[in-house]
Amino acid sequence: MSRFFVLTLNGVTQGAIYAAMALALVMIWRATKVINFAQGAMAMFTTYLAVFAIEHGTPYWVGFLVALVSGLLLGAIVERVIVRPVESAPALNVVILTLGLLLFLEALAPMAFGGQIRSFPPAFSIVGLRLGTSQVPFSPFDLFTFGSVVAVMLLLLVLFQKTDLGLRMRASAFNPEVSRLLGIRVGRMLTLGWALASLVGALAGVLIAPSLLLYPTFMDDVLVFGFTGAVLGGLDSAVGAVVGGLLMGFALTYVGGYFGSDLETVGALVILIAVLMVRPSGLFSVQRVRQV
Amino acid sequence: MVAVQSRLDRLVRPTFGRHLLFALGAAVVLLLLSSQIGAYDDYNLTAVAIFAVAAAGLNLLTGLNGQLSLGHGALMAIGAYTASLLLKDHHQFPVIVVLLAAVLSTGVIGIGFGYAAARLRGPYLAGATLTLAVAIPLPQVATRYKSIFGGESGLTVAPSSPPDWLGADFPPERWLAWIAFAAAIVTMVLLANLLRGAPGRAFKAVRDNEAAAALAGINVARTQVLAFVVSAACAGLAGALLAYWTGVTAPAGFTLALSLQLITAIVIGGLGSLAGAVWGSLVLVFVPLLTSGMASRLSLPSSVADNLPLAIYGGILVIAMLVAPHGIQGALRRILAYGRARWGNTPGGGQKGVVDWDDPAPDT
Repeated sequence: MSRFFVLTLNGVTQGAIYAAMALALVMIWRATKVINFAQGAMAMFTTYLAVFAIEHGTPYWVGFLVALVSGLLLGAIVERVIVRPVESAPALNVVILTLGLLLFLEALAPMAFGGQIRSFPPAFSIVGLRLGTSQVPFSPFDLFTFGSVVAVMLLLLVLFQKTDLGLRMRASAFNPEVSRLLGIRVGRMLTLGWALASLVGALAGVLIAPSLLLYPTFMDDVLVFGFTGAVLGGLDSAVGAVVGGLLMGFALTYVGGYFGSDLETVGALVILIAVLMVRPSGLFSVQRVRQV
Repeated sequence: MVAVQSRLDRLVRPTFGRHLLFALGAAVVLLLLSSQIGAYDDYNLTAVAIFAVAAAGLNLLTGLNGQLSLGHGALMAIGAYTASLLLKDHHQFPVIVVLLAAVLSTGVIGIGFGYAAARLRGPYLAGATLTLAVAIPLPQVATRYKSIFGGESGLTVAPSSPPDWLGADFPPERWLAWIAFAAAIVTMVLLANLLRGAPGRAFKAVRDNEAAAALAGINVARTQVLAFVVSAACAGLAGALLAYWTGVTAPAGFTLALSLQLITAIVIGGLGSLAGAVWGSLVLVFVPLLTSGMASRLSLPSSVADNLPLAIYGGILVIAMLVAPHGIQGALRRILAYGRARWGNTPGGGQKGVVDWDDPAPDT
């Protein structure tokens, strides 16, 4: 089987996870114009909660659920308690705030759960599927990873496009003042937006933890790749974020496969800088370029 | 004669002279202090001076020019590796040469980063520098070129021995402290002058309103590159000093957490203030000392003790942004302003007893 085919299949799985991370960043950016640099750390923390549950004898699926629910709650709490008060502060302050949260969570995790590096169990076998006589480098767990990310995205799509709640959320992000006049509880919508984004981030954490090991900074790289994917997509577009995340997955597995896995992060840096230099507002953004 | 006198006045009295006097005063105090305290305290004060250099540079970039960099840890690594490579194989370069080489190498690299950064705004800039901090593949490069960079265990740095005229039993910790103090004071004076002059005003103008700055004839991009280069040079100097201080330069010393600690320092001290960089550096050095003392008294497990300072920094960053975005220096300034307004001697007029709490803190 050709190397390219193997790498492409890996790229799909990795890309799905980066797409989830990118989508989480974009959802928060659209709702509150904040890049949540603590997104990775929050996902790390919820993954620790999941492994904590699993280590205490609960089945995998309970741990999985723990991660998602705690992600939902953590997102809501973070928005309500620390992001809401700085709503009108300079952008720099809000960025610093999320960085503080990153630092805090990455220090809190080893304090609460112990400093040793852990492994995280996959939900399904990680041995490649069999097609006839040959083995495909695509395991049931890869399928589950890809499938659950797609499922979550479809659910979000339905929520935002087909439901009243989704419409209110979009309206709040689009124009909070007018939405408020129309009787929408904008604050609640923003909290819900953060909560859902954080859930998507938590999903990315649980899904990637088996292939990485679990340690306090294990999501830093994923955050960077997700951010790069989000920028590729223009930060403003949910579809762009998903496409950007998938592109990152392919690009990085090719870089890793052909040039050496230690060059993956450099690859991300090169892609990010190249995109920002050529199209500062992303590949899919329709916004006008900022002028000075 | 009169003309010369007035020119001298203009040169000395308002700023440069004041900065020099302040620097001399600081130097005298630090010299006296360092000879009174023990080697351990000298060692810690050295760290304060090192962090102050890096934090002052970062504060110029972030506080005064509005460009947030999460990559200053990586720039410090470049300075530290420059110094360590020069001192490898027992080369005996004088300290000043090593430090200047580090300043030069990071300054040159800073030009490249500066050009890229000048095109980016807000979250894009923060994200790009975050990528830089995470993506600088220090462990991988160090391992791949092990013969040059020494792999994971890094390069050992020979300490700079005190000159003979100080006597044979002069403690090396105090000598290193003096070097760091000198570097910090020189940096502060140079930065203070830069900020008081046209470049400083240009930095702030660009931060506050790019369009207005451009209309006023300021070259926005060039100003931003200049700020980045100066800031990078400071980080390089601090990195080289750090190499002397730790005695070993290894990839593990330059993580994202280092960059975030520098941001903590400038936020705690006060964004946009050089004095704030010093306050912040004091916090960075003494919080871990306090917590490790506390941890050993309470016999906390090491996973808690090691991470307590970072948790505190993170908490401080969040709380500071919520309640005191101007930091220690901003709080001091408010107290002073309140005192002046409350008890009379207001220098610039202003109504007695009235304090404008919302007045953004003036810079420097």
